[in-house]
Amino acid sequence: MKNVTFCVIEGKSFAFYGGIIVSVFFILLGLFAAYNMEHHGHIITGMNNQVVWGMPHVFAIFLILAASGVLNVASISSVFRKIFYNPLARLSVLLAITLLIGGLSVLVLDLGRPDRLVIAMTSYNFKSIFAWNIMLYNGFLLVCAVYLWFMMQRSMQRYYPTAGLIAFTWRLILTTGTGSIFGFIVAKEAYQTAIMAPLFIALSLSLGLAIFLLVLLIDCWETNCSLGEGILRRPKKLLGILVAGVFYFVLVYHLTHLYFTGRHGVEYFVLADGGIYTVLFWGGYIFLGTIFPILLLYHERFTKSRLSVASAALLTIIGGISLLYVIIIGGQAYPMEIFPGKEIISSSVLNSPTMYSYIPSIWEIMLGISGIAIAAFLTVAAVRILPFMPRSLADTDIDETFKG
Amino acid sequence: MNVSIQNRRSFLKKSAAITIAPGVLLYSISQAHHAEKPVKSTTRWGMLIDTNKCVGDCTGCVDACTEEHNLTEDVPVEIKPTWIRKVTLRDKQTGRESSLPIMCQHCENPPCVDVCPTGASFKRDDGIVIVDRHICIGCRYCMMACPYKARSFVHEALENQKPHSPRGKGTVEACNFCVYRIDTGVGPACVEACETEGHQAIIYGDMNDPDSAINQKLKEVSSSVLRPDLKLNPGIRYQGL
Ligand code: SF4
Ligand code: SF4
Repeated sequence: MKNVTFCVIEGKSFAFYGGIIVSVFFILLGLFAAYNMEHHGHIITGMNNQVVWGMPHVFAIFLILAASGVLNVASISSVFRKIFYNPLARLSVLLAITLLIGGLSVLVLDLGRPDRLVIAMTSYNFKSIFAWNIMLYNGFLLVCAVYLWFMMQRSMQRYYPTAGLIAFTWRLILTTGTGSIFGFIVAKEAYQTAIMAPLFIALSLSLGLAIFLLVLLIDCWETNCSLGEGILRRPKKLLGILVAGVFYFVLVYHLTHLYFTGRHGVEYFVLADGGIYTVLFWGGYIFLGTIFPILLLYHERFTKSRLSVASAALLTIIGGISLLYVIIIGGQAYPMEIFPGKEIISSSVLNSPTMYSYIPSIWEIMLGISGIAIAAFLTVAAVRILPFMPRSLADTDIDETFKG
Repeated sequence: MNVSIQNRRSFLKKSAAITIAPGVLLYSISQAHHAEKPVKSTTRWGMLIDTNKCVGDCTGCVDACTEEHNLTEDVPVEIKPTWIRKVTLRDKQTGRESSLPIMCQHCENPPCVDVCPTGASFKRDDGIVIVDRHICIGCRYCMMACPYKARSFVHEALENQKPHSPRGKGTVEACNFCVYRIDTGVGPACVEACETEGHQAIIYGDMNDPDSAINQKLKEVSSSVLRPDLKLNPGIRYQGL
C-alpha cells in the first residue's frame, strides 16, 4: 500500500462558500425556531399530548443513527483491515462526530426546558435508558475524537487499531441504546419487539454509508480530486447489501407483528389504513428508499454512473427518514389499547378510536433541518482547517497493484 | 420521599459499578427490583372507583380537578392539560355500558419513573407518583411510556397559578393525588366533588391499612385494574368494569 497523503481543501471555490452560507442560513433558521418554541411554548408546534415526539425527533434520531453508521468506513479499515478504505477513515470519523453533534443539538433544542441541560447532564436516573444514552453519546464523541487523533498523529498510530476497536464496539452499543429507547416502551404496541435494536443497527449502517458516499462524491466533485472506480465499487456494493439488510429486518418486524394476533390492528394501520403513514411506508420507504436504490446500484445500466450512485445514496436517506417517521410518529398516532374488549363511546377529552392527528409545523421542520446544517457546517469547516481529505483517490494511488 | 431517592441512588451506585453494557445493565436492574422498594413504606394511597355509581354525563370530578389545579388554559383539546378524564365504555361482547374517570393510576411499578432520564418523575414512599417540576427537562419520554395516557405537557406559558399546585411551561404534569391535601388529611378534590354530587363513586385511602374503608371494601368486592397484563399494579382500582 502506498502512503496516502492528506490535505485541507482549498476553500476558494463557489461550492465551499455556498456550502458555508447555506448551512449557516439553516442553522440560524433552526435557532430562530428553537427560540420561538422556547418563548411561546410547544403550542406553536404540531406536537400534542398524544403525539409527543414529532419531526425534531425524526431528524435527531436519523442523525444519531447515521453518526454511528458512518463510522463503519473507518471500522472496515482499522478493525477489518481493508486497505481500500484507509484513506477514507478520517472523513468517516469526522462525519460521525459532526452528525452526532447535529442530532443532539436538535434533541436538546426541542426539550421543553432546554435551559435545564445542566440538569440532564448531572442528575441521572440510572434506570432510564435515556439517561444511559446521554452518557453513550457523550462518550462516543470522546472516543471518536481520540480515534481521530491517533489516526492523524503519526506517533500515536500504534494505538490506532485499539482505538478503532473501542470505537467500533461503542457505536454498536450506542445504536442498540438508541433502538432500545423505543423497545422499552411497554405501552405502545408498535414498539414492543426485540427486533427494534437490530433494525436500528442495520438502518444506521445503511444511512451512515449513504451519507458518507454522498459527502465523498460531493467533495471529490468540488475539489476535482480523482476518485477511482475501484474505491467506489466496494462501498457501492455494500450500500446495496445494507439497504437489503434493513428491508430484511423490516420484514421480520412486520411478520412478528402479524404473528401476534393482538397486534393485527397496528399492522393493518401501518400497511393499509394509516393515511400518511401507509403512504410513507410503501411510497417513501419501500419504493423510493429500497427498490429504487437497489436498482440504481445493481442494474447494469445505472451502476457505472456517479450520478446514479449519488441518487441511490440520497434515496436511501429519504427512505430511512420515511421509515423513521412511520416508526416514531405512526407508532404514537395509533391509539393505545387502554380498555381491551371495550369500545369508547364517549370521552371528555380527545380519545380517537382510529388515529391521532399530527401535522408538523414549519418550526419543527426548521429545527430538524438545522441539525443537518450543523453537521454540514462543522464538516466543511473541519476539512478546510485540518487534513481530512486524501490528495488523490485514484485507484492506483491507493493500491498500486490495483487492476481495473 | 427522600428516603426512596436515597435508596435508589445508593442502590444504583452499586449497580452502575458493575455495569458494562446496556444488556448487562438491564439484567442487573430487573434482578434488583426489590432492592429498590422503599424500606419504610407502609402506606399505599389508592382509590376504588365504583363504575356502577359513576354517572355517565356527570363531570364533577373533572371540573373539581380543573378548579383545584387551575387547569384552565384555553387551548385546543389535543394539548389541553388533562389530569383526569371521563370515559364511557361499551363492552364489545355484552353491550353493557359503564362510565368511569381515568387519571394517573399511580402504578407501583411506574414506567414513567423508569424511563425519566433525570429522576424528575418519582414515586413517593406512600405510592404517589409525581413530577418534580424543578428537575423535569420536558423530554416527554414519560408520556411515551405511560400506558394510560395520563400525562400532559404544558404547551404554553401559564398565568394565575395556584400556589399549592405549581405548574410550568415546558414540563410534564399529571394527577398528583392532591398530595398537599392528602398530607394534611383532606381527600383529593375529585373524591370530594363526587361526594358533593351525591354519587360517592370514589373511595380513597391507604390500601395497606386494614382498618381503612378502601382496604375493607377491596376485600369485600371484586375489583380490577386497567391493563393488568402490564403488571404495573396500579393504585387505582375499578369495581364493576
Ligand atoms: S399511570 Fe402513567 S403517569 Fe401514572 S404512574 Fe402509571 S405510568 Fe406513571
Ligand atoms: S418530561 Fe420530565 S418527568 Fe417526563 S421523563 Fe422527561 S424529565 Fe422526566
